[in-house]
Amino acid sequence: MADALLANNIVKTFKKNRKEVRALKGVNLRIKEGEIYGLLGPNGSGKSTFIRIASTLLIPDRGSISIFGFDSVGDSVAIQRMINRVSVEASFFRKLSAVENLSFSAGLYGIPRREALKKINCLSEKFGLDLKRLKDPLEDFSRGMQQKVAIVRAFMTDPKMLLLDEPTTGLDPRAKRDVQNLIRDVKQTMNTTMLLTTHDMDEAEKLCDYVAIIHLGRIVASGRPAELKKQLLGKVDNPSFEDVFLEFTGMSIEEAEYQEVESE
Amino acid sequence: MSGKALAQELRASWAFIERNFNFTKRYWKWEVVFFVYTIANSVTMGFIGKGVESFSGIELNTSFLILYMLLGSILWGYLSILFEIVAETVAWERWEETIEYTFMAPVRRATHLLSTCGYAILYGILRSGLILLVVSVFFDLDLSSANLLSAAGILAVSSFSFVGLGIVAAVLPLISPEKGVQVVHIFQALLLMFSGVYYEIDVLPVWMQQVGKLSPATYALRGMRASILEGKTMLEMSNDVWPLIFLGALLLPSGLLFFRRMESWAKRKGVLKRSG
Repeated sequence: MADALLANNIVKTFKKNRKEVRALKGVNLRIKEGEIYGLLGPNGSGKSTFIRIASTLLIPDRGSISIFGFDSVGDSVAIQRMINRVSVEASFFRKLSAVENLSFSAGLYGIPRREALKKINCLSEKFGLDLKRLKDPLEDFSRGMQQKVAIVRAFMTDPKMLLLDEPTTGLDPRAKRDVQNLIRDVKQTMNTTMLLTTHDMDEAEKLCDYVAIIHLGRIVASGRPAELKKQLLGKVDNPSFEDVFLEFTGMSIEEAEYQEVESE
Repeated sequence: MSGKALAQELRASWAFIERNFNFTKRYWKWEVVFFVYTIANSVTMGFIGKGVESFSGIELNTSFLILYMLLGSILWGYLSILFEIVAETVAWERWEETIEYTFMAPVRRATHLLSTCGYAILYGILRSGLILLVVSVFFDLDLSSANLLSAAGILAVSSFSFVGLGIVAAVLPLISPEKGVQVVHIFQALLLMFSGVYYEIDVLPVWMQQVGKLSPATYALRGMRASILEGKTMLEMSNDVWPLIFLGALLLPSGLLFFRRMESWAKRKGVLKRSG
């Protein structure tokens, strides 16, 4: 399989209230075409910063990311045509309807109106959205429904790579399961490469072909979920993914989140 | 640019125009509020013009004064709408939390900004026309000597420079999520003061007159008054038309260039995100 994303020694530092925050301290990643790659880490570990660099919204201080051979800084428009993103916040014009929001997005990607409407209907049906509600303002939708519209928005542009930045965070259990099923379904029916960031261990284990654990801006472990768990055999009985995180970071995800907040 | 790429940019351009139209439609109650406010403001200015005769006790051409004040108010209304829509295009995306999605779409920034400007011009002209229509009910306006063709020319030429100024101002919310919009409004207020919206800039202190000469609004207002009140042609107003052409030619391309530079800066500093 060819490389879909190649990150080479990504460094990014921000200044916040006169303090330097080193968000990424030399991250290297390789994502193969067609796989779901999980970037697992607590809040503030650098996951979203990485996604923003891959989305061409941030320029790294050092290092480079190439997506299907195109550089995220030098060839940003070529990359923008190949990617799309679903983030924690659905991010829509709240007063506009789902169709108005989706048509706007389609227009930005140069999709003709008739084709866009066809795609909106087809994808909405596929992802379980009630077609009758597509003319309602997005502010009247539940978080789970909004997230489904965000997924329709992302797939409408036929992305070769989808960046999923904590797409299930804050959703109720049912909506969370729906979104996870959608991701699984997409994996089976479309050949879209996906980079999924999450701090949910179960989610990473269930959905991802390959996982990297990011902690304090560094990748501390990577491998197939089963392989990572296998490394704990003999140390822990019937190891869970929580144990994997504990093994490689020296702390639980809750402790790590507290530490990340403290270090900011 | 290939035919396919051009078609994609045109579709993106239409998407921005249509989205802004949908905003106007959806926030129609606020549109009514601002429309009523502008009408009240313009009518007040008209009555101030009418009232000058009774303050001074001297017989004046009140019809001229009313029209003078109204033109200031209506043209300023148009220019400030144009300026606001363009300048707040980034701020609006931040409020709606859609900025990242718009900025990661494969659209040229010039297409993004100029389409917003196109909508602003259409909206501004329609709105100003309606205001003029409503205000004319309150006053007996004498437009017998007006040169409407020249007035349209001034409106067109001044739009370019104001769009350029708006694009420069749009950089502020881009680079400063917390203070950008506030600075845009201060800038707008200063334009009002320096540009002679309700007076000739000759009445200002000399240093303020010098500043006023740098504002495209100064020439737009003077040109508009000369064409409506005195019926002057574009040729006769070359002292105001040339500075407007020059400012438009300077501000529009440099505004676009400046915006692109600052977008790159924002991407390095990490301020191109939802709420800053």
